[in-house]
Amino acid sequence: MIVATIAFYIFAGVAIAAGFMVIAARNPVHSVLFLILAFFNAAGLFVLMGAEFLAMILIIVYVGAVAVLFLFVVMMLDIDFAELREGFLQYMPIGALIGLIVLLELLLVAGTWTLAPEVASLAASPIPPMADVTNAEAIGQVMYTQYVYFFQAAGMVLLVAMIGAIVLTLRKKPDAQRQSIPDQVARTAETAVELKKVEPGQGL
Amino acid sequence: MEQLLSEYLPIVIFLGLSAVISIALLIVPFVIAPSNPDPEKLSAYECGFEAFDDSRMRFDVKFYLVAILFIIFDLEVAFLFPWAVSLGDVGLFGFWSMMAFLGVLTIGFIYEWKKGALEWD
Repeated sequence: MIVATIAFYIFAGVAIAAGFMVIAARNPVHSVLFLILAFFNAAGLFVLMGAEFLAMILIIVYVGAVAVLFLFVVMMLDIDFAELREGFLQYMPIGALIGLIVLLELLLVAGTWTLAPEVASLAASPIPPMADVTNAEAIGQVMYTQYVYFFQAAGMVLLVAMIGAIVLTLRKKPDAQRQSIPDQVARTAETAVELKKVEPGQGL
Repeated sequence: MEQLLSEYLPIVIFLGLSAVISIALLIVPFVIAPSNPDPEKLSAYECGFEAFDDSRMRFDVKFYLVAILFIIFDLEVAFLFPWAVSLGDVGLFGFWSMMAFLGVLTIGFIYEWKKGALEWD
């Protein structure tokens, strides 16, 4: 078990350090790479807690997809970041003020946080023992039946994301030459080739 | 729990080995490789010309669209994994709830197909 404890401290420490570097790195591309490192370490923490399925999904979805998306956005923005930093001191007071307000709100939430007395009975689907069912099975047993509304809402959110991305970013070039496979396949020798008998010295 | 973690021991060994090998490959050249630095070795080489402009150029937004459509279907597949392993437990209702989910996303798929979002130009 000592190995698990050491692994926990390594994962947690690297995750926090990477999270700090996300906001401290000068180059935004480096920030995104540190974000990927933080995701990897969070996945390691999930594995240590026994949540294998969440760990693998975290790597597939966040590392494989979301981080790629962030990279695209960073590269697409084409902002001169050195120029952006010049006004940093000017905005420092208002940034500090907002940070202070958020900190106070968090402290208020944490200070007044109490669990409802009936919460133990409300936990309607206790986690089954890990030896009997795997992670993915335990999630699947409740997600598609008991939490079906949330599941369908997730589908709706994905649909809205799909339509929104298409509406916002799809720009068709009206004069683009597109390939039409059915037209190509439907061509026959009769429609495609025309034979002309050319008299010598006449031309067409 | 301990048994679960011990299943990850080979992965930990692989990670440790790969870390050792990659660190060794980083350090060994410092020691044994001939070092003869020259500013021209680090300069950009563009068919003999000086570099025309910065390589940090803007991407077309089409790449972003492809990436975000990929993420959506990636998530859809992520939902399929727990469903597949627990299909025997969730029964007919679970089956049809997934079919409704897939139906909603198929509507989106038809939409993007018909809008031509899957074509490059």
